[in-house]
Amino acid sequence: MSIIIDKDSKVLVTGLTGRIGSFHAEEMREYGTNVVGGVTPGKGGTTHNGLPVFNTVKGAVAETGADMVIAFVPPPFAADSIMEAADAGIKTCVCIADGIPAQDMIRVKRYMRRYKEEKRMRLIGPNCAGVITPGQAFAGLMPPHIYLPGRVGIIGRSGTLGYEAASQMKEIGIGVSSSIGIGGDPINGSSFRDILELFENDEGTDAIVMVGEIGGPQEAEAAAYIRNHMQKPVAAYIAGLSAPKGRTMGHAGAIVSAFGESAQEKVEILSEAGVAIVPTPSSFGPIVEKMVKAA
Amino acid sequence: MDIHEYQAKELLRQFGVNTPRGGIAYSPEQAVYRASELSGDKWVVKAQIHSGARGKAGGVRICSTEEELSDAASWMLGRKLVTHQTGPQGKLVSRLYIEEATNIAQELYLAFVMDRKEERVVVVASAQGGMEIEEISEKEPDSIVRSVVDPAVGMQAFQAREIAFSLGLDASLIAQAAKTITGCYKLMAETDANMVEINPLVVTGSNEIVALDGKLSFDDNALFRHPNISELRDKSQEDPRETYAGDRGLNYIGLEGEIGCIVNGAGLAMATLDMIKQAGGEPANFLDVGGGASPERVLMSFKAVLNDKNVEAILVNIFAGINRCDWIAEGVIRAVKELELTLPLVVRLSGTNVEEGRKLIAESGLNISTAETLAEAADLVVGAWKSAKDA
Repeated sequence: MSIIIDKDSKVLVTGLTGRIGSFHAEEMREYGTNVVGGVTPGKGGTTHNGLPVFNTVKGAVAETGADMVIAFVPPPFAADSIMEAADAGIKTCVCIADGIPAQDMIRVKRYMRRYKEEKRMRLIGPNCAGVITPGQAFAGLMPPHIYLPGRVGIIGRSGTLGYEAASQMKEIGIGVSSSIGIGGDPINGSSFRDILELFENDEGTDAIVMVGEIGGPQEAEAAAYIRNHMQKPVAAYIAGLSAPKGRTMGHAGAIVSAFGESAQEKVEILSEAGVAIVPTPSSFGPIVEKMVKAA
Repeated sequence: MDIHEYQAKELLRQFGVNTPRGGIAYSPEQAVYRASELSGDKWVVKAQIHSGARGKAGGVRICSTEEELSDAASWMLGRKLVTHQTGPQGKLVSRLYIEEATNIAQELYLAFVMDRKEERVVVVASAQGGMEIEEISEKEPDSIVRSVVDPAVGMQAFQAREIAFSLGLDASLIAQAAKTITGCYKLMAETDANMVEINPLVVTGSNEIVALDGKLSFDDNALFRHPNISELRDKSQEDPRETYAGDRGLNYIGLEGEIGCIVNGAGLAMATLDMIKQAGGEPANFLDVGGGASPERVLMSFKAVLNDKNVEAILVNIFAGINRCDWIAEGVIRAVKELELTLPLVVRLSGTNVEEGRKLIAESGLNISTAETLAEAADLVVGAWKSAKDA
């Protein structure tokens, strides 16, 4: 069991014929991801590295039955690409682009609400490293070999910090059920809370590691959800303890602008909800080990 | 990106918001001349820096004679004003805005922000203007009015009227207030602003609604589609270290410490700063080299870090996904040689092509310390920095 992606997911790559899309599509296929084709407007009917290319997402879905899109589309065009996927009946869209205008994301979120909840696309990202179910498939740009298949779920804003967590866990023999990058933008698709709910209901997951950071309300929302609705244990690391207030720390969303958004406050809120705090980015291993043993 | 008050007011006027009449001046003579162009017998000299709370720093002066105007202008021009938003180094005043004085009957607060919880633009208003919003929420929380804008249709007239009535404005002012509020929203939507703040928005003695101040901040990610906004950038208001790095496409933030950092990924970069602090050091900067960093980009990052003269040791921390450790190592080696680096340098590599990368560094014969984990790297660089300092 796993969440969001497995070996049967039919993945469509938008921006397949671009340099970045092309490179990562090959990496994904090599790992075992079922990539069924790509979309590049104007190149429909051609093939790229043996994959069929379509002009539109709808056209690709009709031919391939794709249920997942990974968008390797540059930021100015990414919002359009996400909405196209939502309208084509795609189940999950993973968006990598870093630098989508915030007001474009506001429109995207509003647009997705046009669809009834059961038919509404799940958006992962933007500005994320993607999703992986180790041993089965991944859609993103992570180095897949650092993930050992197993039963701990990972949710992270930051790609590289998620790698830290996974590789420290692998070193002590703890594997990952699925790892989901929700991205570092201020307005994103899925929140910590959304993904926690999926892990809570996933038979293949025993415990969850959250990798959060300064800025925004989503870690606090997650804390409320954990306290009120979760049985499985959760550990969390929050980056940015030394970040100055009011500065954007790389991720567009990593800025302390309101009460409860600093790393100290988030740690406190999560800790009060019963979450095991990972005090430093070097201590994912021991804390997760302790949590798994107790569970 | 932030802009100056006079630029913000120019934009506000384009969207139908009233502002006092005024003009820009670069010298005391110009300040006097600008005042002579305006009506009235009192003028306000306002230092143009990218910061609020200018009044407390002496950057806003009301004058009623030419002499006072000239004195205020000479005092402000060329001075670095320090406010709680500028940091201790302050910000240089190189232009002034000379405005006709306004007869204030009431001060209001009006702001438009991106609300991350609502995932929409939210209007925040209060009948208690003049103070900062943090102060209003602390002292007069009940005075705050909020309204969420649906992005599908934009701000509606009824919402603007509701806000105006909630502020307790007289019926004769509602149409004017609504025009101001919808104008601000249009400005925000059409220019991809992140924030529009008018504090204070005032009701004048002659029953007019006027924006006495204006603060606009724009979404850097959307500047590509607003060349007219991009050109309002004033580099003299930025940290020169950040301008240097930013102009070279690096994601860099200047901090106050001595340990320079080169990291990939924003989250890992933040975590690295935390680890340095925990190990007893102070980071000099945040720097995310990004994905797929070439040796040239690594070299460029070293230049940006060394551009800060406070830097006394450097930590490179890479967990390569789409990056390649061998490329990073190549860049590090080139940087040490080409920049003749003598400061203590610690490199931690992990992920894609890590063996090749470590080998390159080991075989370079250069004085580079290496670490396997982030904790080890932080301890090493802080230790090296301390012993270099003591030596």
